[in-house]
Amino acid sequence: MLKAEAMVHGAFSPADFLVIAPVAVCFLFGAVLLMARKRVEWHPFVAIPGFALVLGIDVALLLKVAADGPQTMMMGNWRPPFGIAFTVDMLGALFAATAGFVALCAAIYATFSMSRTERRYGFFPFLFLMMGGVSGAFLTGDIFNLYVWFEVLLIGSFGLLILGSEHEQLDGATKYSFLNLVATTLFLITTGYLYGLFGTLNMADIAQKAGRFENDGALLTIALLYLVAFGMKAAAFPLNFWLPASYHTPRFVVSALFAGLLTKVGVYALIRVLLMLFPPQHADLATLISWVAILTMLAGALGALAQSDLRRLLNYFVIAGIGTIFAGLAVTDPGSGAAPAVVAGAAQAAGTITAATGDAAAAAPLLAQHPGAMVVALSGAVFYALHSIVVMTALYLAGGTAARLSGSSSLFAMGGLWRQRPGLAALMLVFLLSVSGLPPFSGFWPKVILVRGAFQAGLPLLGAVILLTGFLMTVASARVFAFAFWRNPPERGAGTDGASFPPQKEPVPLLSMLPLLMLAVFVVIAGILPQWLVGLTDVAARGVVDPAAYVGSVFGGGS
Amino acid sequence: MEATLSLVVGCLFAVALYLILSKHIIRMLLGVVLLSNAVNILIFTAGRVASVAPPLVPEGAGAPLSAVANPLPQALILTAIVISFSFFAFLLVLAYRAYQDLGTDDTDRMRVAEPENDGLPPLGY
Repeated sequence: MLKAEAMVHGAFSPADFLVIAPVAVCFLFGAVLLMARKRVEWHPFVAIPGFALVLGIDVALLLKVAADGPQTMMMGNWRPPFGIAFTVDMLGALFAATAGFVALCAAIYATFSMSRTERRYGFFPFLFLMMGGVSGAFLTGDIFNLYVWFEVLLIGSFGLLILGSEHEQLDGATKYSFLNLVATTLFLITTGYLYGLFGTLNMADIAQKAGRFENDGALLTIALLYLVAFGMKAAAFPLNFWLPASYHTPRFVVSALFAGLLTKVGVYALIRVLLMLFPPQHADLATLISWVAILTMLAGALGALAQSDLRRLLNYFVIAGIGTIFAGLAVTDPGSGAAPAVVAGAAQAAGTITAATGDAAAAAPLLAQHPGAMVVALSGAVFYALHSIVVMTALYLAGGTAARLSGSSSLFAMGGLWRQRPGLAALMLVFLLSVSGLPPFSGFWPKVILVRGAFQAGLPLLGAVILLTGFLMTVASARVFAFAFWRNPPERGAGTDGASFPPQKEPVPLLSMLPLLMLAVFVVIAGILPQWLVGLTDVAARGVVDPAAYVGSVFGGGS
Repeated sequence: MEATLSLVVGCLFAVALYLILSKHIIRMLLGVVLLSNAVNILIFTAGRVASVAPPLVPEGAGAPLSAVANPLPQALILTAIVISFSFFAFLLVLAYRAYQDLGTDDTDRMRVAEPENDGLPPLGY
């Protein structure tokens, strides 16, 4: 390999650049907006087309991946495993496209909801830089590069978090910054160990080589450290306390993006690294992950029940959602060894069962298709993660509108919004029902899949806690709706909290409802016609469980 | 050589963790700096330390002729140094602003965002 052919001599086709375009476009627009920082009134006119462009590229990439399988671009035309690879499979493309969608919605919302002075500190440039980091994390195929994107999105999020420099924000930002910095440092430490063991950082290369280290204690240590690092980023139970301390302090639109995107980047990295690269170690850690999932769900749901502030309640909804996603990661196929054997083994088992019933001929097409419990649960987890990105962003945006209308985000002080803004109330109800997992909205189907996967894998407790969490979240959602929307506005000064001074109500332009409507359309369509999305997440889950296509895309035929 | 460096990394990790567990932000900051430096040495050690030739390819050859030192860890460390330095600068300013604004660098007393004795949520109306 160490020859002159270490570099590929051949021109890139323009389509190859699609793989890095989301990152490049984000940074380009971020840089342009930074140069035009004195002209704040121009920012939305540049930013909204910019985010529309990013979304367009993400969707084009998704369609290309759906048609042709995983796409790879090697930076500097190096031959893998040298050089940095950007590899996009269905999992990354789905996350990137959903992230682009909510970023566009948030940009439109910010245009109509933020005053000029709030924008002066550079909201849109930071938003682009953070989105560049988020897109990079979803698209990269190199584990050290993934660390770099984590830091890029982190520095962008620091900037967004402290916009305005209020007391609360400085308090929240301090905790957020330290905890996240320690988490990414842990990620880097683990990557150092990984490099010492494998001598490579290319994920496809690691996936190929990991099979040689079966039952190796060092590999289990690395897998566990990654679980801790990404669990901290994702706010999974024992490491979740930074999230409710900070996510309610910035502007609502910033909270919305954080809640939608940042924790999901941690989940994505966990799926990519733990499930795709180290399947035997993942099987060893599955029991631990299922307990983490159970405790995270309960901590989130019970925490939400205990809050009297709408924003802090939503913080706990984020945590409950993370727990539900983790539930899907806790499922393994019994006796799973090396990754490619998993699907084949499950198909074989399915074949034996069907053959025993005497219908072997009809089962033949099913042989290659029948998914194992792990694929089912992972597909549900990915679906739930995408749903959670959209619905958590939507809840914070709708909650922000409600708080502006009533001048407070305390449930003691809010009220009467149903009469005042029936459209907003209807949208909020859609989002609340969806986040609780009630039909016919997008939260229902992934929960069905996850519960089915949990029972299929013999984890009845996990399935029961998913259902219990759904119930508790319904109670918390009902409380939000009953207090903030249904009841009459409370008498001034009658409450015990937040009503001691007259709340400052702000007018809300009707156009700021447009992003809410866009998000609601996704929630309803994904709830009523889930097949197309389930089809895509199934492909994503299969690609993770059996990364042959991913590896093939990087190394191609000629290496 | 690797064993000595591993011991150094272990000591640095221990000191960094001890400092990060403190409740004063300035000590936590020092812990974060030590931690990021410990990681750099860790990556350096993971890339194998050996006294061999520099990684240069002679003119006309397609690859180095003898065993050469591993240049990749140095590229990784360089990236990590830049990132950790910029984060340290940001955290330093943030800690100073938080101290100015909140009047304390004791994390136990930084309760603006999460007030104590929050009370029960509304239970009925």
